[in-house]
Amino acid sequence: MKDEVESRDDRVANLKGLGSARKRVEDVRFTQGKGNYVDDIKLPGMLHGDFVRSPYAHARVKSINIDAAMALDGVVAVLTAKDLEPLSLHWMPTLAGDKQMVLADGKVLFQGQEVAFVVARDRYVAADAVELVEVDYEELPVLTDPFEAMKSDTVLREDLEDGADGAHGPRRHHNHIFLWEEGDKAATEEVIDSAEVVVEEMVYYHRTHPCPLETCGAVASMDKVNGKLTLYGTFQAPHVVRTVASLLSGIEEHNIRVVSPDIGGGFGNKVGVYPGYVCSIVASIVTGLPVKWVEDRMENLMATAFARDYWMQGKISATKEGKITGLHCHVTADHGAFDACADPTKYPAGFFHICTGSYDIPVAYVGVDGVYTNKAPGGVAYRCSFRVTEAAYFIERMIEVLAMELNMDAAELRRINFIRKEQFPYQSALGWEYDSGDYHTAWDKALTSVGYDDLRREQAERVEAFKRGETRKLMGIGLSFFTEIVGAGPVKNCDILGMGMFDSCEIRIHPTGSAIARLGTISQGQGHATTFAQILATETGIPADSITIEEGDTDTAPYGLGTYGSRSTPVAGAATALAGRKIRAKAQMIAAYLLEVHDDDVEFDVDRFVLKGAPERFKTMKEIAYAAYNQAIPGIEPGLEAVSYYDPPNMTYPFGAYVCVMDVDVDTGTTDIRQFYALDDCGTRINPMVIEGQVHGGLTEALAIAMGQEIAYDDLGNCKTGTLMDFFIPTAWETPNYVTDHTETPSPHHPIGAKGVGESPNVGGVPAFSNAVHDAFRAFGLRQAHMPHDHWRIWQIANDLGLHD
Amino acid sequence: MIPAPFDYYRPTDIAGVIALLEEHGDDARVMAGGHSLIPMMKLRMAEIPHLIDLQDVAGLGGITIDGSEIRIGAMTTQADLIDHEGLAAAAPILREAALQIADPQVRYMGTVGGNVANGDPGNDMPGLMQCLDAQFTLVGPDGERTVAARDFYEAAYMTARTDEEVLTCVSFTAQPGGAAYEKQKRKIGDYATAAAAVQLTREGSTCAAASIAMTNLSDVPVWSPAAGAALADTPVDDSAIKAAVDAALADIDPTEDNRGPVKFKRHVAGVILTRAIKSAWARA
Repeated sequence: MKDEVESRDDRVANLKGLGSARKRVEDVRFTQGKGNYVDDIKLPGMLHGDFVRSPYAHARVKSINIDAAMALDGVVAVLTAKDLEPLSLHWMPTLAGDKQMVLADGKVLFQGQEVAFVVARDRYVAADAVELVEVDYEELPVLTDPFEAMKSDTVLREDLEDGADGAHGPRRHHNHIFLWEEGDKAATEEVIDSAEVVVEEMVYYHRTHPCPLETCGAVASMDKVNGKLTLYGTFQAPHVVRTVASLLSGIEEHNIRVVSPDIGGGFGNKVGVYPGYVCSIVASIVTGLPVKWVEDRMENLMATAFARDYWMQGKISATKEGKITGLHCHVTADHGAFDACADPTKYPAGFFHICTGSYDIPVAYVGVDGVYTNKAPGGVAYRCSFRVTEAAYFIERMIEVLAMELNMDAAELRRINFIRKEQFPYQSALGWEYDSGDYHTAWDKALTSVGYDDLRREQAERVEAFKRGETRKLMGIGLSFFTEIVGAGPVKNCDILGMGMFDSCEIRIHPTGSAIARLGTISQGQGHATTFAQILATETGIPADSITIEEGDTDTAPYGLGTYGSRSTPVAGAATALAGRKIRAKAQMIAAYLLEVHDDDVEFDVDRFVLKGAPERFKTMKEIAYAAYNQAIPGIEPGLEAVSYYDPPNMTYPFGAYVCVMDVDVDTGTTDIRQFYALDDCGTRINPMVIEGQVHGGLTEALAIAMGQEIAYDDLGNCKTGTLMDFFIPTAWETPNYVTDHTETPSPHHPIGAKGVGESPNVGGVPAFSNAVHDAFRAFGLRQAHMPHDHWRIWQIANDLGLHD
Repeated sequence: MIPAPFDYYRPTDIAGVIALLEEHGDDARVMAGGHSLIPMMKLRMAEIPHLIDLQDVAGLGGITIDGSEIRIGAMTTQADLIDHEGLAAAAPILREAALQIADPQVRYMGTVGGNVANGDPGNDMPGLMQCLDAQFTLVGPDGERTVAARDFYEAAYMTARTDEEVLTCVSFTAQPGGAAYEKQKRKIGDYATAAAAVQLTREGSTCAAASIAMTNLSDVPVWSPAAGAALADTPVDDSAIKAAVDAALADIDPTEDNRGPVKFKRHVAGVILTRAIKSAWARA
């Protein structure tokens, strides 16, 4: 028997369980072009939808004439708000408690807003018909600046009753959405007012966009015979979409099947519900035929959910020695035309109150004002937990500014303010309980690895050489230490549209010892089919290669809240481990029966149960699985299946230390990132290779955001960055080499100690890149310059500092 | 991103192309690599009812080098330019410039003829061809004529080519001396924030003659005779370079866009041109 000659190490290796750098099983089909995405779905008789979109950022819609479009051969229908109104679907609720027009109802509020939905027999005819829909607009004053919007007489949202409360309390102006506060304002102000050192700075995290490789789309198919609606779509949370679709349409939930097939990247862009989904469903109900809608790149950039756009006014106080005493932050949050942020219901600013970062700050206050403007709605968590990137960028800029004020080394300032290892679990001033961390160890490892002291010496020499006229390049050392808060989240305080943010896993072990597991999450490239099988392999002793992972079909998968905010491993990963343990518990009873001993006399060993003290007597999981289906075992039901729903007791708190070394050409504003070191601590590491891939991807998106990527508008509300010519997506050419490293501090409350990692590099990467730019100019007095740091803005820094004179 | 309906033609000889152009006039356009025209059609910024694909037309490709006389067929791709060792030896600036155009995938499709004929001020080849004093061969109903690159560009997308003509060939005389093409761009695939083509000849320790052109800093490529003249008969020292840069900056007229404001572009244009001059001089 093979089992008898295999060593224990061989058996562990064969399992490809936790810690194995197992190759991603998904990549076999992805690298051969064999993925199955929404746009690959073709159903018999399928129609195609396309939108008429507003060219104006703010205008009254005086009339819509569809006659010419309807006359075009192949056009089946043209839907406007008037057609949706009888179904009460001309508006839809947003995840943030607001409502959003599905199709323009009397006015448009941002450029690219959906005005009419053309349905035609082929995609080309649909596009031609869009040109034929005549819309008469009357332009209205445009508000693109949230500070102006809060002062302007122009009312953007005429549908909202003046003076009435919004979903998150009182609104103090007609363009105001909410004020959300956390922390002790009075105590914070008192500490800051009496502090030895205080710095104040406005830190802007500009508007950008997740821009996944695959844009958003859906195929709706209403079967009028059996009354079932099937909806294929780019959904990061398919189960929630099913529930929402049922509540909105009145179709009973068992008659709706939502399928997320392969998804080409989400990054938060595919969490929300878009008018295209609703219109596809309505059009399919109306026509009785399947209807496909897939947006193009420009539509994706201009109209689907943006990210960030936070104006963060900060005050931080400290002693003369650099011990931080208080933090105050007021955010003006530009939400665009509708509040369509994707946040847990109770948190209209997400988890922004993680903004005390990795530091032991005794008192803090955060206030966030949400504001309407004539920009696209959104505010999604672009490769981060809800608003955590904004928070990390804010505190990591404030630390740098404080270091300047104190004339201290910014690495040392961080070190003396870190939460100490023995302080965990740590209660933050803004209400979080950090589960675990060892920041000093990670920081020291990072600084030693990059040769920090030598870098500072080189930088000082460079500044002197620059002043002597020997070089026109400055050198920046960008430091970043971040704490993420992921794994939303405990049902007692986290929900999406009322659905608690638990997640789930259901496992079936087949008689021959292989298995299928289904989860409530959905991979968009994260590699779930690879890593969840590894968790199960270790828990059940069934090799990962013998486990199929399936997600995304609401008819087969258990209910879950989906994949975003690095929640899959912390929540669904925990459910997977616990479901695996249920399998193991039953397997133990079967093994004991087969070995004719008491349950307590056998113990689990890699891929089998062995008799304690006599490991030569064992039953492998393969044998146990077979027995579960072919033997009548007294007191035990046949079969080997388990399901687990996991409500996490707390969030998890991954952290990391990043260092970016950058040369900056002051004459052209170009940069050269010559070194980037990323240390991540995501707790237990499931698959080092997948982690490394996630870190590389997240850092590259961070590079994009920090160094050029933005959604920008002109004064008329025209989107200036609607194509990939202007919207920066780095290629291999622009991407620097990354050195990855890690420490491992397991989460104490997670079944396997894992914390999630997919978003950490974006959270920590942006401040590292941005701080490097700032640091290059620190010797010349630069305190704050807003991102993105593209060539002309860096040049502008140098110009403003007189370095071109 | 779906174009309006159009008819597609794929003639096999130039006479067939001319016949179609005569028949449809302004409603027809020829397409070489298509990397400018197709996006414009998909954006519905260009409506082309009759699209004439040149890829099967005989005799439009190929690079011939006869002594210092160089002829590049219009359908020669940027990748062909890069790969041609004889061309790299005779006029290395073409490879240097072509390597800075877009990315490898685009360069396998994008052609020299399309690049110079489209009249897009962002394209790199027009400025380069002005620097090299290239001649463009145009074939139309009345036969063949030649227009100097320096006379070809009238405004953005407006050139000396008439609707019934096809640009078939680019030719120039390789000069001794040194040349350089410097380009600053935001990323791979982008047009230049500023780019400069410089060619100069050396006699002893002085510059005998210089030709300078710049890209994407006006609505047409900018060949600056004054900038070239400022280098002639100088040792190409700092003051001569500054004079050349000042002259070139007087000839450009950049506009603000997402690449940056005018002041920045003018500054970068000066820096890039300075680098190009120094590089060309070091090679001369």
